[in-house]
Amino acid sequence: MADIVLQAEGVTRDFEVSRPLLQRMLSGEARRTLRAVDDVSFSIEKGTTLSLVGESGCGKSTIARLAVGLYRPSSGEIRFEGQPLSAARAQAALRRRMNMIFQDPYASLNPRWRVRDIVAEPIRAFGLLSSAKDIADRVGQLLTQVGLAAADGEKYPHEFSGGQRQRISIARALSSEPDFLVCDEPTSALDVSVQAQILNLMRDLQQQFGLTYLFISHNLAVVRHMSDRLGVMYLGRIVELGAGETLFRAARHPYMRLLLEAIPDLAMVGRTRTPVGGEVPSPIAPPPGCTFHPRCPLANERCRVEKPLHAVVDGVAVACHAVAEGRA
Amino acid sequence: MALLDVENLVVEFPTRRGVLRAIDEVSFSIDPGEVLGVVGESGAGKSLTGAAIIGLLEPPGRVAGGRIMLNGQRIDDLSPERMRVLRGRQIGAIFQDPLTTLNPLYSIGRQLVETMQTHLPLSDRDAKERAIKWLEDVGIPAARARIDAYPHEFSGGMRQRVVIALALCAEPRLIIADEPTTALDVSIQAQIIALLKRVTREHGTAVMLVTHDMGVIAETADRVAVMYAGRIAEIGPVRDVVQSAAHPYTEGLMGSIPSLEHRVDRLRQIDGAMPRLTAIPKGCAFNPRCPSAFARCGEERPDLLPAGATRAACWLHAGGARG
Repeated sequence: MADIVLQAEGVTRDFEVSRPLLQRMLSGEARRTLRAVDDVSFSIEKGTTLSLVGESGCGKSTIARLAVGLYRPSSGEIRFEGQPLSAARAQAALRRRMNMIFQDPYASLNPRWRVRDIVAEPIRAFGLLSSAKDIADRVGQLLTQVGLAAADGEKYPHEFSGGQRQRISIARALSSEPDFLVCDEPTSALDVSVQAQILNLMRDLQQQFGLTYLFISHNLAVVRHMSDRLGVMYLGRIVELGAGETLFRAARHPYMRLLLEAIPDLAMVGRTRTPVGGEVPSPIAPPPGCTFHPRCPLANERCRVEKPLHAVVDGVAVACHAVAEGRA
Repeated sequence: MALLDVENLVVEFPTRRGVLRAIDEVSFSIDPGEVLGVVGESGAGKSLTGAAIIGLLEPPGRVAGGRIMLNGQRIDDLSPERMRVLRGRQIGAIFQDPLTTLNPLYSIGRQLVETMQTHLPLSDRDAKERAIKWLEDVGIPAARARIDAYPHEFSGGMRQRVVIALALCAEPRLIIADEPTTALDVSIQAQIIALLKRVTREHGTAVMLVTHDMGVIAETADRVAVMYAGRIAEIGPVRDVVQSAAHPYTEGLMGSIPSLEHRVDRLRQIDGAMPRLTAIPKGCAFNPRCPSAFARCGEERPDLLPAGATRAACWLHAGGARG
């Protein structure tokens, strides 16, 4: 069996969204929690990409943060190379092997630092190299690897375009020589032609260094291009999880099928379609039973009361009563 | 006759370091009931073109040349007062962020009624009835009960529906929609596109749809204009531009979009980035990034030339040099 880099088991994360104590006492309201991630399990094999896709508020970015230890799970466990994540994060030797690329390359780079210092920060923090010359050489090498020039290290972030800034973020993420990268919407702030450059770069780097990616995106076409395996999220749960190609060829869960139907695509010139009705409900008061039932064309009485569990068919895990009963 | 005719439009920004030309001799027209898609990357000038047409250029930006004709009447030299009357009545606008378009202090009903009464002779009661009908038309459930609700009580998708009702309620002939679905989730995006298509068709409204999302254009537009560095690189029927582009930039742009239908190993990429306004290359602005550039491209700037079913600003199509 291939090496599992990251494994999540029954991970749940709650956030408290209560109103201030005094207001709660006056109006006699109870505490309220928002379940951003609800009983999520997945694993990522070494050198592969697992993508999580879903609409805003589905919990995909919360999982990204859980995966690098920026949040702790409320229950369940995440393991990095077999060790509990919190233990792994406590050891610098393991911590340097995971890193994150954020969505907004304008907010994630310190505007007062030169690019060479931004890229060198993880090298210094982990004490990977000590002499100034070695660090400068390594920074130059990293910048060249992501398609910039070594001399660009002298500049400040504002001198670069959005795509080039994202290249700097990638160089910084690579500087601690990680093997696991969490990429939270790395191209959604970029124009399509620049997006193509960054996606190609990320695939090249993956092949070159055997990187493992957890790739978060709302864009199904980008996800199809990047992923080996794919998880589809809806209101904090993974509703379908399996090999990317299988899901795109023969999606089972009604939500994934509706999403595939809804997305504007170049191949759709002159065709019309029926869009998915309804909207994502508030995660503060999710519908009972299967949370997708108010928008689902296949929903029946059972879907309204009973939460569906994952059933694995042909290597694809689907949480849907209609699929399990053969009604889909 | 075309409803909107833009001829050699030039928009300039005076700066300390000289005058920047953000839109450089752009010409196109929109027929009644037609949807023209305008695509391009950030900074290509697509939103500015829309802003120039509705007279909402942010100073110090100014129309420095060319003319804009609506229904045969010149509108780019109107006083701000006269433009205000025209806006809403003749031209409606839909912007990306519904929260900034709607006034948070007024109920949506009041905003609709006020807009209609500014432009149409309607009694309070008629205006309110019409407002309810518009809300029903754009798919707001229980419209009668929600007419007194405030913008914050609606979700993003519902707000964008209200904005569409607001843009259409004075029955303008032309809508400028600037990234109307960009802030929305995909499943909501499809609903809004279908809605925009349906209501504009029912009312015979022409639409200029500005977006960076080629998928949205492919499904919605009749014709499409591709902008690059302040100029139109290619313009033509949507099918021809998407499937058999004549301009190397359009071709590269289409190739760089990942597809849902099939998976490729590498996306086609156009190296480099769009030039800044301060450093537009001589000749064709795309020539330093163009795989097919030759000597003439670095010297002379091409105008739109017939290229099959479309027109492309590219020397490859001069005098039948290629197809």
